[in-house]
Amino acid sequence: MGISLAFHIVFAAAGVALPALMVIADLVYRRTRDPEYLRLSKQLAKGTSILFAVGAVSGTVLSFELGLLWPEFMGRFGQMIGLPFALEGFAFFTEAIFLGIYLYGRDKVSPRLHLLSGVVVAVSGAASAFFVTLANAFMNGPGGTDPIAAMWSPSWPYQVVHVLLASYQATAWAMVGTHGFILLRDRRRTLHRKALAIALPVACLTALAQPLSGDRSAKHIAVAQPLKLAAAEAHLHTAPHAALHVGGVPDLETGAFHGAVAIPGALSFLAHGDFDATVTGLDAFPRDEWPPVVAVRTAFQVMVGAGSAMALAALAVIAAMLRRRRLPDGRRWLLAFVALGPLGFVSLEAGWLVTEWGRQPWTVRGLLRTADAVTPFPYKAAPFWLFTIVYLFLGAAVVYLLARQISHADEPHPPTASGHAV
Amino acid sequence: MPSELLLAATIGVALALYFLLGGADFGGGIWDLLASGPRAAEQRRAIGAAIGPVWEANHVWLILVIVVLFTGFPAAFGAISVALHVPLTLFLVGVVLRGSAFAFRSLDLSGDRGQRRFGLVFSMASTIAPLLLGMSVGALVSGNIRVRGGLVTTGFFAPWLAPFPLAVGLFSLALCALLAATYLTVEVADTALREDFRRRALAAAFAAGGAALLAFALAGRGAPWVRAALAGRPWSWPFHALTAAAALTAIAALATRRFRLARAAVGAQTILILLGWALAQYPYLIVPDVTLHGAAADPRSQRLLLVALAAGLPVLIPSLWLLFRVFKPRVSGRPVRAGRVP
Repeated sequence: MGISLAFHIVFAAAGVALPALMVIADLVYRRTRDPEYLRLSKQLAKGTSILFAVGAVSGTVLSFELGLLWPEFMGRFGQMIGLPFALEGFAFFTEAIFLGIYLYGRDKVSPRLHLLSGVVVAVSGAASAFFVTLANAFMNGPGGTDPIAAMWSPSWPYQVVHVLLASYQATAWAMVGTHGFILLRDRRRTLHRKALAIALPVACLTALAQPLSGDRSAKHIAVAQPLKLAAAEAHLHTAPHAALHVGGVPDLETGAFHGAVAIPGALSFLAHGDFDATVTGLDAFPRDEWPPVVAVRTAFQVMVGAGSAMALAALAVIAAMLRRRRLPDGRRWLLAFVALGPLGFVSLEAGWLVTEWGRQPWTVRGLLRTADAVTPFPYKAAPFWLFTIVYLFLGAAVVYLLARQISHADEPHPPTASGHAV
Repeated sequence: MPSELLLAATIGVALALYFLLGGADFGGGIWDLLASGPRAAEQRRAIGAAIGPVWEANHVWLILVIVVLFTGFPAAFGAISVALHVPLTLFLVGVVLRGSAFAFRSLDLSGDRGQRRFGLVFSMASTIAPLLLGMSVGALVSGNIRVRGGLVTTGFFAPWLAPFPLAVGLFSLALCALLAATYLTVEVADTALREDFRRRALAAAFAAGGAALLAFALAGRGAPWVRAALAGRPWSWPFHALTAAAALTAIAALATRRFRLARAAVGAQTILILLGWALAQYPYLIVPDVTLHGAAADPRSQRLLLVALAAGLPVLIPSLWLLFRVFKPRVSGRPVRAGRVP
């Protein structure tokens, strides 16, 4: 399940964000009538369709897997969290339908309807991410067992914003990295410069907004799920004026850190907005309730580290653009873009691991333990390996196809081997 | 009508639509695998063109079925997931490979070899998936899945690895092939190609009839409860007569090249078969231990789910109408421009 989810969120995040970028490219084309933007929009649409196809099937797999792997969870909580899933189903329907129209209907429907379809794809993609995150918020801190209360768990406003921003951020940075890489090899490929020009603003804005959303989330979690925050910071002793430790290795027996940079009072400030506030530590909870602290903290550090790197880069890009009034595309900038490209998805995956590992040993916090939720099927390793292999195959195929798609994007006549290629 | 019946009806309708639309996509894959003769490449291309714009939307019906099942009948969903863990997992692998291989095939630029490789994965997976889905259905109605106190007691293999579920699986395979071939007779513009699909539709119609008889015969030992319902209720024989009439109409229409009539008859036949299954199984979700009533969620959850479904429909229906109007012009009665095969 974890493997499926880990793959699914990459496909799904890109499936949420790529349509938006595709519509932006389409809009720019309509304003400038520059055919390269049209080609770019078409390429993004193809990329969307590859990712959506995989996202669709991996989403189907997940809806089954919920039951196949966690029958007890679904048996008890299915009725409570079914509502967001049902609404997600409709959002998904809408996305599938209008993606079909956008992809295959360019010559069959009016330009206005065509553009509108693209917008609907982007909006419904965001809506399905919204609903699915509601279900996850329920698992993190159930707001109640009534279906309506379960749908609007206390942490939903924080989680939903964080997840949506992360989707756009990860995809935009991946695009920045990819097109930066191509420009690095051949600076004359103008289509890729235009792709960069579309992705870079999205990447910068989201990278700057995300730390703010993260800060709101942290302040919420400090009160609502203090154990998770304590694990994410490996914060052992409940104490006022708590220090923030960056890097290093925590010692869970003494609460000390080896080789970490300590910023006194910073943890108190980040969690409660006051340098002297008391931050609940792991010692406030029985040890058998602890999540795997080192794993959670590592994932958290990776997420925050990658996020900070992107935010700093965004500031630098904006400063350079304000000074020179043009897209920063010198060699060093491009190298930096290539290095930063993967960080969005790294951060996304790490953040997801924080919330999932941070909730252990519970599947639904306070209500159902993971060990009780898992299937009684005796050969669990079999489906695990089966799906791992399937997803590895899918991942490889997607990467291969996208790579071909992107590197051929600006050829005047992309080689179409089949008559029915879109 | 009590809300659990409404929800069960929703599942039934969504399942029927999944079979009519998504089943035909599977069938397209079967004919892709069996493409032969001088026009094999054209057959594959026609199948790809017919499936391309719609398969993702068609597929969401299944997700809807699952979501309503686990929200409305969580206990049954849990038990089904455990008892049919193996075939459903394999079915899923089939779904994943089919969908992605199809998308990859139509977008791959690497030339014929890559196309053929993805094409083969697509068609093999399309064939295996409906077989396994049919076998799972067969197991559900067989009475061989026993549930005591919410726990499945009959193991992971015996209920579905048996002659009766296998016959149901073959039946579902044949129906998918029949649906696809019949739809294609309406959708292709080329006369020779249409004849190819006409012959295939006729073959599939007879195969479906044979598989149905086989399943009925095996039901005596393999699924006694459903057999009794199918043979002994007041509605049983008139219902069979109606289904048989639809099937014979389909065959006659195919034989006389009245393709649109054939498509309507095949659709009616499929709906009647699914309805017969639902009636025969009622009031059970898993024969004979889990009933609709016993597995239902609490009434408030059910009502809220119905509200959510009702809220989604006004978005869904016009969108679907638009999709099919754009890509399946004959459905809305408008003639297709000649030579539209892209």
